[in-house]
Amino acid sequence: MPNDQMETPQVEVHAVRELSQSVHRQFLAGLKKETRRVRVTQFVILLAFFALWELAGRLKWVDVLLFSYPSKVFSLLWTKLLDGSLLPHVGATVLETIVGFALGTLFGTALAVIIWWSPFLSRVLDPYIVVLNSMPKVALGPLFIVGLGPGLLSIIATTLSITVIITTLVVYGSFKEVDANYVKVVSVFGGNKRKVFQKVILPASFPAIVATLKVNVGLAWVGVIVGEFLVSQIGLGYLIIYGFQVFNFTLVISTLIVIAIVATLMYQAVSVLEKKITKHR
Amino acid sequence: MNEAVNVKDVTQVYVTEQRATLAIQQMSFAIRRGEFVSLIGPSGCGKTTVLSIIAGLIAPTAGSVQVAGETVMGPSTRVGYMLQQDYLFPWRTIADNAAIGLEISGTLTKEKKAEVLHLLGEMGLLRFKDYYPAQLSGGMRQRVALVRTLATDPEILLLDEPFSALDYQTKLQLEDLVVETLRAKQKTALLVTHDISEAIAMSDRVIVLEPNPGRIRKQFAVPAAIREPLPFEAREQPGFNALFRDIWQEFGGDTDAE
Repeated sequence: MPNDQMETPQVEVHAVRELSQSVHRQFLAGLKKETRRVRVTQFVILLAFFALWELAGRLKWVDVLLFSYPSKVFSLLWTKLLDGSLLPHVGATVLETIVGFALGTLFGTALAVIIWWSPFLSRVLDPYIVVLNSMPKVALGPLFIVGLGPGLLSIIATTLSITVIITTLVVYGSFKEVDANYVKVVSVFGGNKRKVFQKVILPASFPAIVATLKVNVGLAWVGVIVGEFLVSQIGLGYLIIYGFQVFNFTLVISTLIVIAIVATLMYQAVSVLEKKITKHR
Repeated sequence: MNEAVNVKDVTQVYVTEQRATLAIQQMSFAIRRGEFVSLIGPSGCGKTTVLSIIAGLIAPTAGSVQVAGETVMGPSTRVGYMLQQDYLFPWRTIADNAAIGLEISGTLTKEKKAEVLHLLGEMGLLRFKDYYPAQLSGGMRQRVALVRTLATDPEILLLDEPFSALDYQTKLQLEDLVVETLRAKQKTALLVTHDISEAIAMSDRVIVLEPNPGRIRKQFAVPAAIREPLPFEAREQPGFNALFRDIWQEFGGDTDAE
């Protein structure tokens, strides 16, 4: 835009615009190249790992009985996929994990709401929460089995024991961190504690709750696999223990690979959810 | 009853585990209906505490406050409160933010919703109604906060340094907008600020407080020539600088002592 004091010739303006566009193009091209290099390197590492493993197995550098090798692992997975004996195990474990982390987040958040609501109760419960949080919850496993029977309930109870308290601590922490001025906005309009919670505390803590969901996906897997080690007749944890007992380590490693894939997918799904919820902040 | 607000012998003590602090000592003043009054003073003179007591957010340790002849027992829709920053909820759209007061008091009808949109329109914000706060500038956000406060149609507006977080230019524009709006709607206002020139330019009367404990030091009536034009114009009126100097002297001594 030419102004009266310093008139810039039209040609020069055009040249400058051209320059800034070409710089931007170069920047984008550079970025794309960098991303491609990262992807290629990642792929090469994966490939090299499997190749080396395969080689080590076939040339007997490692004990095949213990460490197997990729072609054996993948052919086992393929067979089990085709004969339909893998999917029920995946299904059972995924179901238990989803129930575990959903309920864990729900109960943990509910407990956080209760202690936020009553500062008295918060002070009363504080030492109990500290003890429960410090305790290795997996050690409660035998109690769950005798109390709830060797089945689904015990597995979910194990998972909940791991996820609930940590969720409560994180969510309660985020309730308390909400800026008091937001609360003031609601209070000056005559909003009571319930309104304050509904309109401010809960929506403001939503990102924190979703973040605990992410942590709980990981913790729920720990709970479910340990639970299945202890009691189950079905599930990926059962497959690992079974493979271990019959000394079929190809089965153990195959199961680990399935767990890695499914757990990653679940984690990604929660990440997508988180992005959607926190879009405007 | 011609008094919109009547503060009578209010004393406020804050307690912590360590000590009890006297924040306000026997403060009394009244605001006439439609009047614009400023409270100014250095930090520690209990300005925000006075607002919180009038808004019914805290009960005074001693003394009482009446709004439109009724003793304040808690927050009510009679009193609107504007904070130092907008504090719009980032997860709500502009229109939903502006309507939250109605939502909380349970009076959000279709007509009221239309009124809120009309108010947003008056502030030049209608086309942003579906935006989120993060997409707006600081001045626009504070204008939304003004709409939010006006939406419940309060008789009295408490303004707690509402321009302090804004850049100078935006602040001048908003001062004019607020004075113009409150005059048109015949609202009573109590502004808390530490900016002397803002206090003179906007108000009919300036109350200077002194700190530790907070109490009234002196009151200044703003002459008609300064109080009638909008704040921006008011700053250019003869007598403005003289009044500024008088008020400055009132709290110059104590700021040195701090």
